[in-house]
Amino acid sequence: MTERTLFRGGRVVDPASAHDAVTDVLVEDGVIVGVGDSASGGRARVIDCDGLVLAPGLVDIHAHLREPGREDKETVESGSRAAAAGGYTAVVAMANTDPVADSAAVIEEVRSLAARAGICDVFPVGAITKGLGGEEMAAIGEMAEIGVRMFSDDGRCVPTSRLLRNVFEYSKAFDVVIAEHCEDATLADGAQMHEGYHSYTLGLVGAPAEAEEIIVFRDLSLARLTGGRLHLQHLSASGSLELVRQAKATGLRVTAEATPHHLAFADEDLVTYDTNFKINPPLRTPEDREALRAAVADGTVDVIGTDHAPHSVEEKEAEFDQSPFGTIGFETALAAILTNLVEPGTISLARAVETMSTTPARILAAADHGGPIEPGRPAHIVVFDPSAEWRVEPPFVSKSRNSAFLGKTLRGKVLHTMYGGDLVVVDGKPQR
Amino acid sequence: MNRHLLSIGDVTVEDIVRILDTAESFREVGTRVIKKVPALRGRTVVNLFYENSTRTRISFELAAKRLSADVINFSATGSSIAKGESLKDTALTLQAMGADAIVIRHSSAGAPYTLTKWVKGRVLNAGDGTHEHPTQALLDLYTIRERLGRFESLRVAIIGDVLHSRVARSLAFALVKVGADVTIAGPPTLIPPDAPAWGVQVSYDVDEVLPKLDVCYLLRVQRERQRQQYFPSVREYARLFGLTRDRVEMLPEGALIMHPGPMNRGVEIDSDVADLPQAVMEEQVTNGIAVRMSLLYLMLGGMGSEVGGDD
Amino acid sequence: MMGAVRLLDAAEIRRAVTRIAHEILERNKGAQGLVLVGIAARGDDLARRLAREIKRIEGAVLPVGVLDITFYRDDIGMRAEAPEVHETRIDFDVNAQTVVLVDDVLFSGRTIRAAMDALVDFGRPAAIQLAVLVDRGHRELPIRADFVGKNAPTRKDEDVRVALEEVDGEDAVFVEEPGRGVDRP
Repeated sequence: MTERTLFRGGRVVDPASAHDAVTDVLVEDGVIVGVGDSASGGRARVIDCDGLVLAPGLVDIHAHLREPGREDKETVESGSRAAAAGGYTAVVAMANTDPVADSAAVIEEVRSLAARAGICDVFPVGAITKGLGGEEMAAIGEMAEIGVRMFSDDGRCVPTSRLLRNVFEYSKAFDVVIAEHCEDATLADGAQMHEGYHSYTLGLVGAPAEAEEIIVFRDLSLARLTGGRLHLQHLSASGSLELVRQAKATGLRVTAEATPHHLAFADEDLVTYDTNFKINPPLRTPEDREALRAAVADGTVDVIGTDHAPHSVEEKEAEFDQSPFGTIGFETALAAILTNLVEPGTISLARAVETMSTTPARILAAADHGGPIEPGRPAHIVVFDPSAEWRVEPPFVSKSRNSAFLGKTLRGKVLHTMYGGDLVVVDGKPQR
Repeated sequence: MNRHLLSIGDVTVEDIVRILDTAESFREVGTRVIKKVPALRGRTVVNLFYENSTRTRISFELAAKRLSADVINFSATGSSIAKGESLKDTALTLQAMGADAIVIRHSSAGAPYTLTKWVKGRVLNAGDGTHEHPTQALLDLYTIRERLGRFESLRVAIIGDVLHSRVARSLAFALVKVGADVTIAGPPTLIPPDAPAWGVQVSYDVDEVLPKLDVCYLLRVQRERQRQQYFPSVREYARLFGLTRDRVEMLPEGALIMHPGPMNRGVEIDSDVADLPQAVMEEQVTNGIAVRMSLLYLMLGGMGSEVGGDD
Repeated sequence: MMGAVRLLDAAEIRRAVTRIAHEILERNKGAQGLVLVGIAARGDDLARRLAREIKRIEGAVLPVGVLDITFYRDDIGMRAEAPEVHETRIDFDVNAQTVVLVDDVLFSGRTIRAAMDALVDFGRPAAIQLAVLVDRGHRELPIRADFVGKNAPTRKDEDVRVALEEVDGEDAVFVEEPGRGVDRP
C-alpha cells in the first residue's frame, strides 16, 4: 500500500524554485511526486490547505538539545518533537553537551538518538576545541569524515586569534563551516545584560556592544586572511551588522544569523528582572533591534536561528544573576518572525521562508532540506496559518518552558509538519 | 502608595512627603519613655537578610517592634538558606507562616522583584545587590529636610563609587524627584557613563564641586575595587576624592556631611572629619528607625494589607 | 450647604468654653495638679482656649499638650489607606497629675478609649477627666464626659461638624444630613 498525501489549495512559498502561488502538492512514499497539475490521480489523504501557506520544512541552524548530559532540560527526542511542532524538519544540535561533542563518538550517539525518535533530522555540530576548553583543536577531521558540516564552540568564541587562524586554515581541507559565538570574554565578564542606561539603572553588570563587535571584526579579518568559511551566530549589535555589510561588499564569503528574540525584544524589557529575557548575547537597544530587522531585509543577515536553549524551571526561577542564559525557541520562531517582520512589511513571506529554510539548508549542506518543492524531492514540508492568533503559554512541547515570548500574543501557527512523508504534526498536535 | 517598596520609582513625590510627615510622629514616639504604639499589633514582619547587615536589620527590627508587630529574623548564616534552600522555597515557607511584610536584603539585584511573585505580603527592599536601597534614601531625605528644611534646588553631591552603589542610585533618583540639584562625583571608572540620563550632573573634580554644596554625601569605597583596577591605589583615591580636613574647609557654612555607613575612615572620609558637628551620620541612623516605622505603618495600616484577609 | 443645621454659633461656643472652664476649676477645687491634653485635631485648639479661660479666671497657667490617637485606633487595617497621623506633643510629666482630656465631639467613645490607652503609655495620671464641646450620643463603649458644652441628640447617620476659628476660619457646630463629610466617631 502506498502512502499518498495531497496538500490541496495552499499557497506554496518556495524560494528555492522561486515559486509563490496557490497550488497542490502530492506526496507518495516520502517523496514529492506532483506539484500543481501533476498533483493528481489516485486516492490520497487530503489535507485542506485553503488559506494556509505551504513551505519546505524549516531548518534551524542554531539549537541546543542538551542530550547527552542535561536530559532534565531536554532530550534529542523531546527537542525533535518541539522542533516539529514549530515546523522544523531539521535542526542542528550544538556541541556544548556533557560530554562535549568533540569527537565522532558523541556525534554518532546524538545521531542515533535522533534516528530512534524519527521526528526530524538532527545535524550534530562538532566542537572546535577539545572540551570547549579553547586551547586545543578538537577532532575536526574525524568528525568531518563522518559528515559533520558545522563546527562551533558556541557559548564562547575561540579565545585566541592564533588558534582561530589555525582552525580556519585546517578546516579548508574539509567542506565545513566554522560558526562563532562572538563575545570578548574580558569585556563581557560577569555581564547579565546589555551595558547601557538600563543596566546602570537596574544595577546589573552589562556587556557593551563592543564585546561582540571586537570579535566579529577579528573573525572577519581572519576569515579574509585564511579563506576559511565563517558563520557568525546570533548577532545582536548594529556595529556587528555594519562590519558584516562591509565585508560582504568586498566579496568575503561569510554568513550571518539572527534570532527571533533579538528581532523582537530589547534591553528595556528587563526592567522587571524577568529571567526569560536573560540571554547571551544580550537583548540590546531598540536601535540595535531596528538595525537587525533591516539587516534581515537587505540580506546582511542570511538566516534565522532559534538558539533554542532549554533550562529547568528551578534554574530560571533563581535570582537574576544566578539564573542561566537562554530562551527556548522552536515553537515560537515562525510566529515571531511573521509577527515582527513579515506583518509590518519589513520582509516578504518568501524572504522569511528563505531565512528559515532555504538558506540554512544550503549552509549546512543539508541537501534533502530547504526545498525546492519539486517532484523527486524528499517530502519535508510545513503547512501553517499565517494569520492565526495565539497566546504563548504552557504547556509547551519542549520539556522546558523558559520562553521569552511567554504571555505574548503572536500571529502565525504551524498546523502540519511532514518529515520524509510522515505527518509528525497534524492540526498543531505532535503525532509522535 | 504602591503595594511594595522595591525602588524609589515606587513612590511619588506626594508619597515621599507623606512618608516623611508620618515619620515625624514616629520620631516623637522615640522620645517617649514607652517607645511603642499598638498600631501594627497582630501583624508579622519578617526580616529576610541574605546579606549580613546588623545595622539595617536592627533598624527594621526595632521599627517593627515599636509598632507592636511580631518580628521574625531570617538570616543567611546557620539557616536553611545556608544549606542551599532556594529563594522560592524560603518565600513559600514565609508565606505559610503568614508574613504580612517581608523586608529583604539580598546580594542579587532584582531579588525583591522575584520575591513578589511568590508571596502575598508586602515586600520592602532593604538593599538588592547594586540596584537600590530605597529606605536609606528616604531616611536621608528625612535627615536633610529636618536639618535644612527644603529640597527644591538644594545642591547635593554624591561622591564615590556610584557605579556599585545601591544607595547612590536610590538617593539620586529620590533627590531628583523632589527637585534637588544633584551632582555625582568621583573617578570616571566608578561613574556610569549614562548617569546624566538620571537627571544629574557629573564631575570628576571634587574640589570644583565642594564650594557650591548644601549636602556632601559620601559613599563607601571598597578596597576590593582597587584590586579590580578601578583606580590605581586607595591612597590615590583618598588624596583625589576623599573628604579630607582641607576639603571640609571648602564646604560652605552649614553644609551637611552625610554617609550611609559603615565608613572607611581614611579612604572616602578622614577620621576627624567624620566626628565634626556637621557630619550627621548618627542622626541618619536615628531617623532610620522613624522612617522605617513610617513605611511599615503606611504599608500595613490600610485594608487588604493583612495576608489572611480578602484581597 | 444642603441639609445642615447650625447647632451652635460663635457666641454659644464661647459661653460653653467659659462655663466648662469654671466647671473644671470647681470640680477640681482649683488648678493645682491639672494638665490639659487636647485630642488632635481641634481638641487641642479647644484645650488651648480652656487654658486661656482658666488663666483669665484663676490666674493659673496650665500645661497644654496635644495627643494624636491614630496609632491607638481600633480600626487600623479596616480602611483603604492607613489613617493619617497628626502631631503629638506632651512635653510635661503626667504622672500623678489630673489629666483633662479635651475633644470636640463625643460619639461612640472609641476615640476616648484610644486616648486613654495612649495617655497611660506616657505615665500614670492620678485621674483622667473628659471635657467635650458636643456630646451627640450613640456610645458604643462605657465612656462618659465629665464636662459637656452641649448635649445634642442626633441620628446615628447624621454628621456633626465642628468648625473652629483657628482651623476653619469660623466658630460653629453643624449637624448635617448623612453622606456630607466624615465624622470621627
